[in-house]
Amino acid sequence: MRASNWNDLRIETIIGSLLRTGVILAATVVLFGTAVYLTHHGLEIVQYGSFHGVPEGLRSVRGIIDGALHMSGRALIQLGLLILIATPVTRVGFSAVAFAVERDYLYVGITLFVLAVLLYSLLGSH
Amino acid sequence: MNVLEFSALIGVGSLLAGFLGALTGLGGGVVIVPMLTLLFHVDIRYAIGASLVSVIATSSGAAAAYVREGYSNIRIGMFLETATTVGAIAGAAIAMHVSGSAIAIVFGIVLLYSAFLSSRERLEHGQHLPPTKLGTSLRLNGSYPTMSGPQSYKVRGVPGGFSLMFGAGVLSGLLGIGSGAVKVVAMDQAMKIPFKVSTTTSNFMIGVTAAASAGLYLHRGYIAPGAAMPVMLGVLAGSLIGARVLVKARVKVLRYVFAAVIAVLGFEMIFNGATGRL
Repeated sequence: MRASNWNDLRIETIIGSLLRTGVILAATVVLFGTAVYLTHHGLEIVQYGSFHGVPEGLRSVRGIIDGALHMSGRALIQLGLLILIATPVTRVGFSAVAFAVERDYLYVGITLFVLAVLLYSLLGSH
Repeated sequence: MNVLEFSALIGVGSLLAGFLGALTGLGGGVVIVPMLTLLFHVDIRYAIGASLVSVIATSSGAAAAYVREGYSNIRIGMFLETATTVGAIAGAAIAMHVSGSAIAIVFGIVLLYSAFLSSRERLEHGQHLPPTKLGTSLRLNGSYPTMSGPQSYKVRGVPGGFSLMFGAGVLSGLLGIGSGAVKVVAMDQAMKIPFKVSTTTSNFMIGVTAAASAGLYLHRGYIAPGAAMPVMLGVLAGSLIGARVLVKARVKVLRYVFAAVIAVLGFEMIFNGATGRL
């Protein structure tokens, strides 16, 4: 067994708590947004039967943060979902640092590639 | 149906899906899209967006528990994620250019295949195979804890496993599912990785794979907060409860029942897709 395996285990424990924190934070924000959303729109009739795409303001990171600051329920829910999507991305970013600390440059490269793909999807693909 | 009723009903349905998914190990995400489209007549694009979000929630929630046990192999996971994330983006791009009916048919086929896989018994293969050059130079070989000390393993079939992972990523991005079943097949069958390491590493990868296509779905307006909210909260709560409940004797029966439900949903999806109802 390689000596670095113990180190790996420590890193994975930190990653585990990182993931848990992200999920709890995301669920809390979604719950808060749900309360606001249901208070204002609870009795409206749902319309998901045909696809129109959600409004522009709920599609971009900037728009979602703007809406959330104005206490829009839907934007708050979307912010929670955005935190949830960002959680694995953060995990990958943390792994890159962890591999760099271990001087495993092959895996720093592999991890940065994965991070670039994720960031492209989240921020760049308009 | 008003927003309150819609949220409550889908919340309960998702809770049940997450609970059964965690209990049987089949994952709840795979029944979310059929439930939303067939039962609640939600457009398949919104359904996939909601499902994708719930997949990230369960993967991240469960991974936190798994990593402490020391089974998952972070290098195998990260290496294969280069294939799944690129595949996921390709899948999401395909999803935006084909009709809902075509997606429904592919979804149905994947459901049938998942049901078939889960009805088979898994056999742990021997761990006395020699290492391969690629597996060694990529430092994929590792070890996991057992009762009698750490058990080492060698990773084989890297190109085959890598290609399968790309396919798993495409399916994940196209259908909004974790495609854990394909991931486990790639690691377990193609790469000869021990079952416990395969399943935990696969779970670890699912969240990252889903996040890769979720960004694209968000920008295209496929993630509707009102539809994704009850699914995300329901599946997350259900899977957390399911992971805690220990139902020893009945799980096997439950697994077959759930597999049968998945198969029926598969036929329904294919039928509705082929007749243009979805």
